[in-house]
Amino acid sequence: MSDTAAYQGANATPYEPGFGDYVLLLKPRVMSLVVFTALVGLLVAPVSLHPVEAFAAILFIALGAGASGALNMWWDADIDAVMKRTARRPVPAGRVQAGEALAVGLALSGISVVMLGLATNLMAAALLAFTIFFYAVVYSMWLKRSTPQNIVIGGAAGAFPPMIGWVCATGSISVEACLMFGLIFMWTPPHFWALALFMKEDYHRAGVPMLTVTHGRKATRVHVLVYTLLLVPVAIGAALTSIGGPLTLAVAVVLNAWFVVGAFRIWRRDETMAEADNYAVEKAFFRFSLLYLFLHFATFLAEAALKSAGVGGW
Amino acid sequence: MTFRPEHELHRRRFSRNLGLGLTLAAFVALVFALTVVKVKRGEPMQGYDHTYSPALLPKEEGKP
Repeated sequence: MSDTAAYQGANATPYEPGFGDYVLLLKPRVMSLVVFTALVGLLVAPVSLHPVEAFAAILFIALGAGASGALNMWWDADIDAVMKRTARRPVPAGRVQAGEALAVGLALSGISVVMLGLATNLMAAALLAFTIFFYAVVYSMWLKRSTPQNIVIGGAAGAFPPMIGWVCATGSISVEACLMFGLIFMWTPPHFWALALFMKEDYHRAGVPMLTVTHGRKATRVHVLVYTLLLVPVAIGAALTSIGGPLTLAVAVVLNAWFVVGAFRIWRRDETMAEADNYAVEKAFFRFSLLYLFLHFATFLAEAALKSAGVGGW
Repeated sequence: MTFRPEHELHRRRFSRNLGLGLTLAAFVALVFALTVVKVKRGEPMQGYDHTYSPALLPKEEGKP
């Protein structure tokens, strides 16, 4: 051992987390989806907010989502450490203590709910509080480890942001807000089950009762198809409400036809075929599912812009 | 003469403190902006009791 190495060893200190490590606790990638869908919900609403209020609303909805992400990382540190996809998160990687993640999650939950209530209205704040509770307690602590339908119910937490955005502007829940909620809620199961089909070892190792583990891969393929078919009327229905119009309907028809074809191809395959091409169809379906959701919400926004120019909408 | 080597630990701690400081400053600015927006939109109020006071409104022409 050299003198330098001996010196460094003697001065070894525990890892000091940087600001970025705490930001990673908030799951920035999930937050970006929350920001986008909440912003669409807020902008397509028939009532407009002052830009400062709108900015604050989106910021605190995103912060609430981040808080629930931190609480999830605190609770799930043991299974995150086992799964390849999540092993580098700050808590399982040892960069942030689990207790710190809990403290960050609780503090940001309180701040985001109170500030959203002050910036917009109490209904929006109550919905945000319920969303955090739903994701952290109902999904993470209760259902994730106890039922293969975890993804279906957990999907509700991710579906609330556009509804909260709408409620921030209008102060009430409407059919449009429910259909935006329904779109993400019904989209989540096929999206995650397609991922589970080609990331099979991860969930199996962690002992999470994913449908692929409990009911087998054939049943998962059937579920992907069934949920995709159930998603279609929700997506088309949203296009027929006041947030839709001819453009939204046309885009919804094309996207859903494509999605159903993808789900049908997944349903038709067996494991031998999937392993032969390294799950190419499942991976393509998963990638398209991301585009599917983005384009749906982008089209709601485009339709609102067209409507304000006097050409869009019904 | 003081000898103060810059350790990796100090750099990380500084980044954390700087990030937190900037976040708090941004939060204060946002609360201030929200307050200005909401106060400007509020009903005319008397400073001491925070109740709606039509007496403070400017009188319209032709009315007593």
